[in-house]
Amino acid sequence: MKKKNRSSKNKTETIKGLLFLTPNILGFLVFIVIPIFFGIYISFTNYNGFNKMDFVNFDNYIKLFKDTFFITAFKNNIFYTVTSVPLTIIASLLLAIALNRALKFGGFFKTVYFFPSITSMVAIGIVWSMIFNPTKGPINMLLSSLGVDDLPKWLSSSKTALFTIVLIVVWKNAGYYMVMFLAGLKSIPKELYEAADIDGANGIRKFWSITMPMLSPTTFMVTILCIISSFQVFDIINITTKGGPGQSTKVIAYRIYEESIKNLRFGYGAAMSFALFLIIFIVTLIQFRGQKKWVNY
Amino acid sequence: MRTKKIVQRTLLYITLIGVAFVMLYPFAWMVSASLKYDKDIFIYPMKWLPKSIDSVLYNYKTIFTKISYGLFYLNTTKLTLIITFIQVLTSSLAAYSFSRMQYKWRDKIFLLYLATLMVPWHAIMIPQFVIIKSMGLYDNHLSLILLQSFSAFGVFLLRQYMLSIPKELDEAARIDGCGHLRIYWQIIMPLSKPGIATLIILTFNSVWNDYMAPMLYLESKSNLTVQLGLSYFKTQYSMQYGLTMAATVCSIIPIIIVYIFAQKYIIDGIAHSGLKG
Repeated sequence: MKKKNRSSKNKTETIKGLLFLTPNILGFLVFIVIPIFFGIYISFTNYNGFNKMDFVNFDNYIKLFKDTFFITAFKNNIFYTVTSVPLTIIASLLLAIALNRALKFGGFFKTVYFFPSITSMVAIGIVWSMIFNPTKGPINMLLSSLGVDDLPKWLSSSKTALFTIVLIVVWKNAGYYMVMFLAGLKSIPKELYEAADIDGANGIRKFWSITMPMLSPTTFMVTILCIISSFQVFDIINITTKGGPGQSTKVIAYRIYEESIKNLRFGYGAAMSFALFLIIFIVTLIQFRGQKKWVNY
Repeated sequence: MRTKKIVQRTLLYITLIGVAFVMLYPFAWMVSASLKYDKDIFIYPMKWLPKSIDSVLYNYKTIFTKISYGLFYLNTTKLTLIITFIQVLTSSLAAYSFSRMQYKWRDKIFLLYLATLMVPWHAIMIPQFVIIKSMGLYDNHLSLILLQSFSAFGVFLLRQYMLSIPKELDEAARIDGCGHLRIYWQIIMPLSKPGIATLIILTFNSVWNDYMAPMLYLESKSNLTVQLGLSYFKTQYSMQYGLTMAATVCSIIPIIIVYIFAQKYIIDGIAHSGLKG
């Protein structure tokens, strides 16, 4: 009798719990979960947005390995990742360490450093492409007044465009990750530093033996977030270079956009996006495996 | 020893001020350029203030005749308000369910929410696009509202806040005969205010700054958002620097205002959740 009572109580609790979920989960299922599976399905078809939707097995995925545009985009993206991720982490960590002490105007500096990260990529892209203007932009004017003859062409040359974009993105995101590092630094117990002081450790020693190990969970999370977002870079490229000059700033997300939305090859586009998803997933998995070696909890 | 410390401090402040200059320079340059005629923008060495008083308002007056910025502001504000409202309401209900109620599949469903946070946007871009088109919502604001109102992020963020509210509170209310809806509305919601404020601001920020989704889904001029209008403006008038800069300044002003009043919530939200809105 008692048992039955409890199970019916459990049932009403389940129904109530699901009722609270309903408004959100309906939208969540229709616009996020179903599209994930629908997308996997599309990637095995030759869907073009109109009538045809034939099953083509792994054709789209096989095509990836022969598509020179995709391979270029992949290489560009790897370059973007291996430059932007370390630069962002170093910049944001240095800023956090510099601000993690009693400072006059400390709050002001934090506010200023963080500000670029909440402004839109459209605005940022427009302003920086003027500042980096190779013939009359203020940066090259400054360089030429300093006597530099061979002025860099920044966004207008296929040699420097992608790295210029890296610089812009590092500038924009450094303050964002700085805030995370600051939160991590705040959680390190002060006693550790006091004990090290008693033992006579110097600043550098304290940094490598206390700060870095204690901060490693934050560093780990920031690294993962940076890598994931580096594989999704799109807005800044569409605003500043549209993949050019040539193919030099064509990254994977841009290639996907171009193939699917512009050329209406939805099937192939979907295959590219899932290949990329797999890459991100594997990289994340490897990092989670590897974290035992260097992350201390 | 003391002089060493003073030297160190001075160097630190010089570096901090230098970095602050780099961070603010593009914004200052943008404002300065927006107040000048094109011929004066790229003069070297640069003058921060405009030469004549006439040029100060010239660009701002002109952009409003060339581009229906007022309408774009209205569109963006409308989208931001609706999406933020749905987001907060449905996410808080779901977060309540995940944090305060006990039932069978709760943790499995939550895991599904968490798992989708890992999926990059372009992996669902194409299927979403196909679904929205087949629903006949292309070039309709409803497309953005439906796609952006139900993020797993909001549920995750509010659940974290709600978990930190002591369970004894709702147990006491339950004994007094309160149902879940009343506990949700009268106890949990008021206590989750900081979390809700963070979610509101982050949603506002991401909807206001969004470029990709409006670009994919909106076409007719009367539907454009501020970011999209700005990017088209840039393409059309890219050689008119003063105008472009004035349009850019206008697009950033709301964000600056929100940032001044709500930066605590933005920074707290990021420090705690570790996820971009």
